Amino acid sequence: MTRFILNDTLVESTASPGTVVLDIVRYHQQLKGTKIGCREGDCGACTVLVGELNQERVEYKSMTSCLLALANVEGKHVVTVEGLNMEGLSPVQQAMVHASGTQCGFCTPGFVVSLSGCCLSREKITEELAVRAIDGNICRCTGYKSIERAAASVAQQLAQKNTEEPITWSVEKGFLPAYFAGIKERLKTIQGGTEATIDPAILVAGGTDLYVQKHDSMHHAVVRPLANDASLKGIRFEHGECIIGGACTAADLLNSVELNDHLPKLEQHLLLVSSTPIRNMGTLAGNFVNASPIGDLTAMFIALDSTITLSGPAIPGQARNDRSIKLRDLFKGYKQLDKSPDELVTSLRFTLPGKNTRFNFEKVSKRTHLDIASVNTAIRLELDGDTIREAHVSAGGVAPIPKYLAHTSVFLAGKPASPETVHAAIKVMNDEIAPISDARGTADYKRLLLRQLFFAHFLALFPERFTLKELVA
Amino acid sequence: MNTSPKKGADRLIPDQDKLVSSEEVEIRHEISDLRNVDGSGHVTGRSIYLDDIPVQQGTFYALPYDAPSAHAHIKKLDLSMAAAAPGVVRILTYSDVTGENQIGGIIPDEPLFAEHEIHFWGMPVALIIATSEDAAVQARKLITIELEELPVITDPREARAQGELIIPPRSFKLGDTANAWANCAHVFEGRADTNGQEHLYIETQGAYAYPTEHDSIRIASSTQGPTAVQRTIARVLGIPMHRVEVDVTRLGGGFGGKEDQASAWAALVALAAYVLKKPVKLAMHRMDDMRMTGKRHPYSSDYKIGFDKDLKIVAYEATFHQNAGAAADLSPAVMERTLFHATNSYAIPNVHVTAYCCRTNLPPNTAFRGFGGPQGMFVIESAIAHAADKLGMSAREIQRRNLMVEGSEFSYGQIADHVNAEACWELTDQKFDLDKLQADVDAFNAKSATHKKGMAIMPICFGISFTNTPMNHARALVHVYQDGSVGVSTGGVEMGQGLNTKMVQVAAAVFSIDPSRVKIESTNTTRVANTSPSAASATADLNGKALENGCNAILARLKEMASRMLKSTQEAITIVNERVLNNGKPTDLDWKKLIHAAHWDRVNLSESGHYATPEIHFDKTKEKGHPFAYHVYGTAAVMVTVDCIRGTYEIDAVKLVHDFGKRMNDSVDIGQIEGGLVQGLGWMTMEEIVYNDKGKLLSNALSTYKVPDIHSVPKEITIEALPTDGHPLAIRRSKAVGEPPLMYGIGVYFAIQNAIRAFRPDARMVFDAPYTPEKVLMSLYK
Repeated sequence: MTRFILNDTLVESTASPGTVVLDIVRYHQQLKGTKIGCREGDCGACTVLVGELNQERVEYKSMTSCLLALANVEGKHVVTVEGLNMEGLSPVQQAMVHASGTQCGFCTPGFVVSLSGCCLSREKITEELAVRAIDGNICRCTGYKSIERAAASVAQQLAQKNTEEPITWSVEKGFLPAYFAGIKERLKTIQGGTEATIDPAILVAGGTDLYVQKHDSMHHAVVRPLANDASLKGIRFEHGECIIGGACTAADLLNSVELNDHLPKLEQHLLLVSSTPIRNMGTLAGNFVNASPIGDLTAMFIALDSTITLSGPAIPGQARNDRSIKLRDLFKGYKQLDKSPDELVTSLRFTLPGKNTRFNFEKVSKRTHLDIASVNTAIRLELDGDTIREAHVSAGGVAPIPKYLAHTSVFLAGKPASPETVHAAIKVMNDEIAPISDARGTADYKRLLLRQLFFAHFLALFPERFTLKELVA
Repeated sequence: MNTSPKKGADRLIPDQDKLVSSEEVEIRHEISDLRNVDGSGHVTGRSIYLDDIPVQQGTFYALPYDAPSAHAHIKKLDLSMAAAAPGVVRILTYSDVTGENQIGGIIPDEPLFAEHEIHFWGMPVALIIATSEDAAVQARKLITIELEELPVITDPREARAQGELIIPPRSFKLGDTANAWANCAHVFEGRADTNGQEHLYIETQGAYAYPTEHDSIRIASSTQGPTAVQRTIARVLGIPMHRVEVDVTRLGGGFGGKEDQASAWAALVALAAYVLKKPVKLAMHRMDDMRMTGKRHPYSSDYKIGFDKDLKIVAYEATFHQNAGAAADLSPAVMERTLFHATNSYAIPNVHVTAYCCRTNLPPNTAFRGFGGPQGMFVIESAIAHAADKLGMSAREIQRRNLMVEGSEFSYGQIADHVNAEACWELTDQKFDLDKLQADVDAFNAKSATHKKGMAIMPICFGISFTNTPMNHARALVHVYQDGSVGVSTGGVEMGQGLNTKMVQVAAAVFSIDPSRVKIESTNTTRVANTSPSAASATADLNGKALENGCNAILARLKEMASRMLKSTQEAITIVNERVLNNGKPTDLDWKKLIHAAHWDRVNLSESGHYATPEIHFDKTKEKGHPFAYHVYGTAAVMVTVDCIRGTYEIDAVKLVHDFGKRMNDSVDIGQIEGGLVQGLGWMTMEEIVYNDKGKLLSNALSTYKVPDIHSVPKEITIEALPTDGHPLAIRRSKAVGEPPLMYGIGVYFAIQNAIRAFRPDARMVFDAPYTPEKVLMSLYK
């Protein structure tokens, strides 16, 4: 049985824990405001807010309910558009109506839910953040301009929000129904739900790829949810290393102030990864073991020269059988991993960048946001004056696996950071990639694109030393 | 909105209100500022779409099994495993069709179920009926089929070469191009291609059928064409149309994709309900929908354009190869509109354009906002860009010199009237200063080595009316209830275009009552029969005029009633803001009292209004006539920035002047411009349909087919209205607005091209939309 609060109501569901929340909401609970657009997290029509008790706070995140396993909302608060409805329209709803941000209306509840998340967050909402909240919502009617105007109005109305007690404030000011004020206490009473793991179970972390690939079978599957496992969460900094739990999401990386201090352009890079609701769900380890040849996080962390820890099954009375390998060595062939099915990627570690470290990530896709890369690449350089002391370069979309460009990396080491070095490195790189033509581009294009993105690394990292003209000459 | 209440009211309320002081009659509403009347339902999630209809007990779920090949003979279809699967009730095939296994609208060339041959990947072969959706999904995996593969054609030129034409080619001719070339100072020839476009209505196709008494069917369908669904079901089931009731509350988007192509799914579930005598429902999975339904037609075209020494276009020829897919669907009509719009906004004395409707093994392509017009316009804009390049000048110069003027003749014989092509262009220049915009682009480019800007102008001219003249009529049923509230049914379908809102405005304006008194009912074939689909941008015009006629007929009876009560004459009576005026002076009578009295006096408070567009005609044997009630004009300036390192781009701004006529609803019409523009630029940039050479759709999900998201739209869209008195054949002089703005998006293609050439002046001029980042990068470096 899965217990969660759906809007104002406690639900004790006996549905299979692998069932997606979308189906629970629409067909078990008959709340039809949450819409089905694609069932693969790409349209946002089914967006819900999920509130999780974290010490003395309930923290809400937007998620696409089509990819959200019931098991992953155990002990949480799930909010659909019905849960935001009050006597009259809420200010968010009113803003959408007033700005004519709704035409056919089918995507609208998703937008309303995503925007309403701004009332619950502890961030000070700017126009930019309000737009970010809806970056996972697709509208085919409006051309978004009216929705932007609604988002701007919401941001303005939330300008005075109490960021310490956003829920209390939002309830008092009429942004949210009154029941939100009591959710924290109610959630406390349903924590510690039993996690009856029956082996063999399918491990479900964020589910953002699993439910796309295996949609038809997952709701029958026995699942073991990982998203609630505290031992797999957290970002720590120890002995010059950063250690990240395998179940950390892309949003966790984005929200870690310390990590962003160490990698100053990380936010910019992560905003190219999927959309807000998917970043709120998809995990680091999930991105790795999914083994997509174009995983964005995988490309980033390979270039950071990361090491992962794999843990075997826990045997009572014994220590877990842990082993560590370089992330780049996890990938053996197309969707082939150096990992047994019962091993978990529990954490990742990499050496923190020093003052002589340079890191960059590049990605090009048909659509800049919420799209899978045609090619992505990351680079980490350790400099010694003008010389590259050590280099790690990765590339996605140019091989059957997320590719560590080993030869290119070795070649760069000991060379000056100069156009000549880059030109020579391109030759090495071209010999170690083998792109294929598919829906994301022809092989010729991907080869050219990787060259360009390799240039882009150097233009971004050494703006004073390189020009595009020289590089493409 | 910055419209003052007074101004808003002035637009719609008759002049008589000047006679009344504001103390006596309060002006209650800014009617041109009326927001989407369904808005509250949408934002609260209470609006009902097909899949939200409460399910009757005992409902079965249908799921089509579709062909896994684009062209093949069926050697063996094995349904036995699936039929025995848990929850499966029945599996239907062509042999279960009680009427005719045929859904072709224009030409009967499309079987509902494949019989012995498969013509496209995704063609329905069988229909699984099960007790749950999941049971049907699991059973579908158990169906096996043995095929004898046949040659697959995906390219329209190849189809033409093999004689695979759905209808004979058609040509529009004006003047004499053959002799005109000799008089040309410059002649250019080339090729231009546009890819298809997935509609991506966020609500997928679906239908829910219930058997009713007398062997009849009641069906809820997500369709733009309730009558088309009714007619198709009657045909497939072999029953008269009066035994099929189609009801449509609203669509979660249509864009043309549910004009003709909703009918197949409706016919399938209706057949199942009819055979099994149980309610049957189908709400399609996105990937099934994308695989099985047709899209905007890809075109591959050749052009030849000739200019005199003053750069006036003397002659234009084009040959359009329309990729129709495996069956006619609406392709002949779409092809026709390509010919109608082949010369866009330009006055050209000698024109010869020919179109081929090419049969290929793709799913039958269909209506999509613009309906062939955008494909035709892209070709002439390519020809002009080509000429401008060769002549070393800006395309803008050529475009401006050749705009249509009052009295210009279209290749199909219509003489242009109320022409606003130059007026829109001039106002664009006046408002936005095109020279300055270009100078800003040039200044940026001089400074930036890695990023280049480009600018292009896109004028549009789009004809309003169904080009098939007999379709231009509509009806509306109006009931004034005895409490003064009003119920309206029309033949139009609300799909986001704001029809319901405009219909409320029409009824409220004619009666001069508060919009809250008017409710728009679902679109239902038993209330309003024999309707044309909601398409061709004409829905508000046709249904609105019918509604106006209906309301006016009731109003006349009410005035007659009031004149008797007030011992006055009908002519002296007016109703203004719910008050009955006699010779412009307030009386004790108001709307509610008048209705109450009229009801008890046995006055008929209901009316079915009818409207048929006057003046229009077209003779297909001569390819000449006057097919359009009027044209809509506009001019857009588009500015983009291309990242010349990565081949990506951003759209900086689209600044446009649009000919709204006398705009009746600001927010609805602005929303249509913004939405249409963005859909058009999606078609020109990131939306890329990919079939492999076997005819299998590779861009088959939202993960592989990308439409614009909030970050990819222009950073700025500025819309100015051309001030005019509007057109008498437009509803309340407010011109149709659904399709025309899509074509502003075409400007984005040429702006990107100009940016590329700022980086690489010798880049090849390629006219092959969409300009994906891949094509941009290849243009920059290959």
